[in-house]
Order: sequence, then C-alpha cells, then structure tokens
Amino acid sequence: MMTRTLTFRESINEAIRLEMRRDPTVILIGEDVAGGAGLPHLEAAGGSEWGGALGVTVGLAKEFGRKRVLDTPISESAIMGAAVGAAITGLRPIAELMFVDFFGVCMDQIYNQGGKFRYMFGGKVQVPVVIRATIGAGLRAAAQHSGCHYSVFTHMPGLKTVVPSTPYDAKGLLISAIRDPDPIIFFEHKLLYGISGEVPEGDYTIPLGIADIKRKGKDLTVVAIGRMVHFALEAADKLFKDGMDLEVIDLRTLSPLDSKTVLQSIKKTHRLVVIDEDNPRCSMACDIIALICTKAFDDLDAPPRMVTGPHTPVPFSPPMEDYYIPSVDKIISTVKSMIS
Amino acid sequence: MTEMSKEKLLWFYERMRLIRTFEDRVADLFGQAKLPGFVHLYAGEEAIAVGVMAHLTDRDRITSTHRGHGHCIAKGVDIKRMMAELYGKTTGLCKGKGSSMHIADIDKGMLGANGIVGAGGPLACGSGLTTKVLGSDEVTVCFFGDGAAEQGTIHESMNLAAIWKLPVVFICENNMFAVSTPSSYHCAAGEICARAAAYDIPGLAIDGTDVFAVYEAAGEAIARARRGEGPSLIEARAFRYYGHFVGDPQTYKTKEEMDGYKAKDPITLFKKRVLENDLVSEPELTKIDDQVKKAIEEAVRFAEESPLPAPEDCLADVYVNYPREEVEP
Repeated sequence: MMTRTLTFRESINEAIRLEMRRDPTVILIGEDVAGGAGLPHLEAAGGSEWGGALGVTVGLAKEFGRKRVLDTPISESAIMGAAVGAAITGLRPIAELMFVDFFGVCMDQIYNQGGKFRYMFGGKVQVPVVIRATIGAGLRAAAQHSGCHYSVFTHMPGLKTVVPSTPYDAKGLLISAIRDPDPIIFFEHKLLYGISGEVPEGDYTIPLGIADIKRKGKDLTVVAIGRMVHFALEAADKLFKDGMDLEVIDLRTLSPLDSKTVLQSIKKTHRLVVIDEDNPRCSMACDIIALICTKAFDDLDAPPRMVTGPHTPVPFSPPMEDYYIPSVDKIISTVKSMIS
Repeated sequence: MTEMSKEKLLWFYERMRLIRTFEDRVADLFGQAKLPGFVHLYAGEEAIAVGVMAHLTDRDRITSTHRGHGHCIAKGVDIKRMMAELYGKTTGLCKGKGSSMHIADIDKGMLGANGIVGAGGPLACGSGLTTKVLGSDEVTVCFFGDGAAEQGTIHESMNLAAIWKLPVVFICENNMFAVSTPSSYHCAAGEICARAAAYDIPGLAIDGTDVFAVYEAAGEAIARARRGEGPSLIEARAFRYYGHFVGDPQTYKTKEEMDGYKAKDPITLFKKRVLENDLVSEPELTKIDDQVKKAIEEAVRFAEESPLPAPEDCLADVYVNYPREEVEP
C-alpha cells in the first residue's frame, strides 16, 4: 500500500471520509462540523469549508452533503443522545464533542444511555457510536477547554476509550472504532493535530485493545498516552545517550486495556514510570501502577512512579500551564532517580 | 367514535384493561414483597398510551419513561416476559438486567423505559434521524412527563427535531405531579403545550383520560410526522392513581382530590360512552375482563416458575467485544 505524509488532522479526516464512502449508514453530527449551516451563499456553493472549530472535518459536507454531515445547535445532550438513538436504530453515527470538558453537560446521554443500553437491555442491542472529543493542555485555552478526562470515561463500563498518538494510529484506530459495535470515545489531542507522519492510502485497521511498543528497551518501561508518548520518546532518546535504554509503550486504547503488553514489559525491565497528562487521582497512571503492583510486584526492582498533571484544573497563564503539563525534563529526572 | 370499527374499540378496551390489571397486580405483588427494586405504575394514564399506539406499527418506535409499563403493553410487548423482568428472571425481556425502569423490546420498536427523567428526548431525535437519513417513513413517539418537561434535554430535543423536521411526536403525559411537586409549582408558564410556539411546531393540550381525544390528536400529529412535516407537541392531562412509586404514601394529595380521579377514570369513561352509544355490549367487555385476568395470572405464573440468573451472569452483555478478564472484578 502506498504511503505518504499526512498530518494527524488529515489522517482523522481521511478515516471518516473513507468510512463514509464505504458505509452509507455512517453520519457525522456536531457543532460546526460543516460550518455556516443554512446560509444561502454557502449552501449554493455546496457547503462551507470551515470543517469544525479545529478544521478536522473540512470538506466532508461537500462530499457527503448536509444529510450526512449535520451541523447542530449548541445542544450537547441532544447531540450525544441523538447519536445514541440513531446508533440503536440502524446508523453508525460519529458525534463530535468539541472539547471533552463539555462532557459536563451531556454525560447522561453518553454514559447512562449509550454506555448502559446493551447491559440494561440484556445484550439485545448494539450501540455503534463514536464520540470524537478533543483533549489536552498547551493552547492557553484555560480550565474549561484543556482537560484530558479520558480516565473518567475509562472508569465507566460499557464505553471503550481510544487515545491515538500518531497520524498512522489515528487513522487505523478511528476506522476500527467506526466499525466497532460498541460505544467508543475517541480522544484527539489538540496539540497533535499539526504533527505529520507516514500514513498508508486506503483503509486499514488497528485493532482496539492492543498497545504499541513505540520503542524497545531493557532498563525501564515507560507507559504513556496520547501526546505524552512523544515526550516519553524524546526523554528516551536523551537518556539513551546517558546509557539508559527505555522501553516506551503507547497504550493507544485505555478500555479495553492491553494489560498483557505492559506486564510482559515489566518482566523484562523491572521498572515502571507512567506518563499521563490527565489529573492524577483515580487516573490511568494509578490504574497502570495498581495493575503492576497487584500482578507483578515481585518483578519490580524499584517502586513505580508516575509523572502526571497536578490535581488542579488546567491554568491559563503560560508559566502556570507549562508547569501543569508533564515535561520531558521531569520524565528524565524521574527516570534517573530510579536508575542510579 | 361512532365511525370506529368494533374491532378497534374492543382493542382500546382490552389494552387499557390489560394495563390496569397488570399494574394493580404488580402493586399487589410488590406489597407481598415478591418483586425486588422499585416500580412506578401507569394506572390512570392508560388512555394516553393506548390512544397513541393505535396509530403505530412495530416498525414505529417509542421512547418511554420510568413509568413505562403502559407504553410497553400498548406497543404490544409480551406481558409474560415483562412480568418475568420485574421478577428479575432470566426469561425477562432484559434477562433480569433491566428491571421495570429499563424494559426494552427493540423488535417491537420499544426503545426502552428510562430511569433518567427527560432522557428519551434526545434518543427519540436520534431514532427520527435514522428514519430521515435512510429515507423510510417510521414515526418515533417520545413520551415524557410534566416533570421531564423541566429538563434541558426536552427543550434541546424539541428544538433539534423542529430544525431538522424530524418525524418525532412529543407526548407530554402531565399527571400533575413531578414526584410530589405539583406542576402548578414547577411549570412557570402553566401550560407545557404552550412551549410549542417557541419551536414553531403545533402544540395542544388534551384530556388524557379520554382515549378518543388522544386518538384524534395523536393521529393528526403522527400523520404529519409521517408526511415529513416535522414534530408536534401534545400535552395529555391525566391522573396518576398510585404514588410516584409503589409505597409512596401520597401525603401531598388530598382525599377529595384522589376521590375526584374516579370521576375521570379512563376505563369507566370509555365503557360508559361505548355502552350508551350501543357500540359494544356489556358481555363483550366482561369477556375481555376475564381474558385479561387470565393472561395476567399466566404471566405471574410464568415469571414465578422461571429461573433466576446465575450470579456470574452479571459479567455478560456489557460489550459486544471485550476481553472477559478485563470485566471480572
């Protein structure tokens, strides 16, 4: 298969486009996913090229029409509930939650409805919905537009959670997510949209629930999520020059979790650091450390550590926000304190 | 009424009587501590579910409420499997994972009773969107109560259904109380149907104890939706005989008020009208009463004789695909 360089943003757009071409029941709904709905000068030109607040869905309305690319009012409960209602009656909706922080106004439809239907109805219904949500600090977007919060959704049975870190993974995981019969929250880090990488043309899938070892190593295992995978790799490169050989595992899917890959790595390296941009309490970082402490305690040569955001909302002012985000330096000093 | 077939009139009576008898029997079983959990009963509101569902087929869909038994029965859901669900048995519609509050039967277009007040609105919009995208002609009816009318989801849904012209009919079952809080207190404008003006959709209030009034109003709204002309709002006013839940002492209602309900009983009113107009005979109705009693007792027997789930059945049905070991405690 031919590959070429795409941005993370373009690879997500391509995944949606290919699935919408392949399956007429795939639709896209959300605030401004096309842009300028109903304005005569835009409708006449076949729709706006705005394509969402961060430009991810640009061009889809033009190709698939307003019937399948639906701009909504700012009604997040109605958007999420409509996606769930459509999913149980024959469509495969992709619904956009512009910023994950907005889950506060629509969690009932995501969790009590979408997440619980299959269980409550005794397994008689499938809820093939994908909710795309942007995450992450670093854009000076302040406390209500910068959280990660994937741990909140991962905590909830019935939902699956996916956090890609590269353009290649983003496309393959999103295609899998759209074809999956269960409700999935697909988290896109805003600061990854601009990164580039090799992406094959055409469709390919990356199975959910399989972590990816982004760097093989023998001295210490770093488990990372989303943007933090890149920080972990940067730290690993620097530490390699100092004689420390790190293994970097990108979880990719948080629910279901690929416990096996993490456990196997610890049996080899005997040391664990988890890098998680999310808040630390009841987090993925805690979860991975609990997994290793309960299932591989005897394999450990040092207490596991985590490098996470603090237990605060994301601050606005640059010095404070920079302090909030786990840094490469902090990863390096944490690793060094464990290998001496 | 006079131009209705006898078959339809007898169907009205049979469904209303079936709902009433089911609910009375459930109250009785709950009193005997035979049913776990909590149940919310529909007795007194039968004319609404029956008058609406008379216009729907199995392909049409509904979203329901925590008070959903009446909607299920009117939609044709099997009462044996409903009763088994209330008992928490494996033969229940949801294999004992649902309860009274989450009974669903997708094959019958019943998208689920719902424990979250107002949650059905967005789901009904999604169901309507499926119809619109696939270009078919089913109608989705969203039932909600006067309490749910004060939830943002219902506002969001009526607005969304209106701008997208979705084939959804919103039926507000105003039974005058949101748990113990009267609609005179919780509803600023007094009339819920008046909100239709805000969405530029038809809205009207009807007597929800009169099955003929419900049938007529719902018929127009459903036909309009089926023609692709968009949603409507109907506020059907009726009375809730039992409390919010079984066991509710209803100290917020006066005795006079509760006695007054009897004068507006939907089944008594129906009987009086069809008999006075010689549309059906007393023996025809008595025969239905007997058949209904028998069917309910069969449902109770079926439920009682059915097996309980195995404890570890708890672990199944969370996902379609998921590693079993990741679900275990």
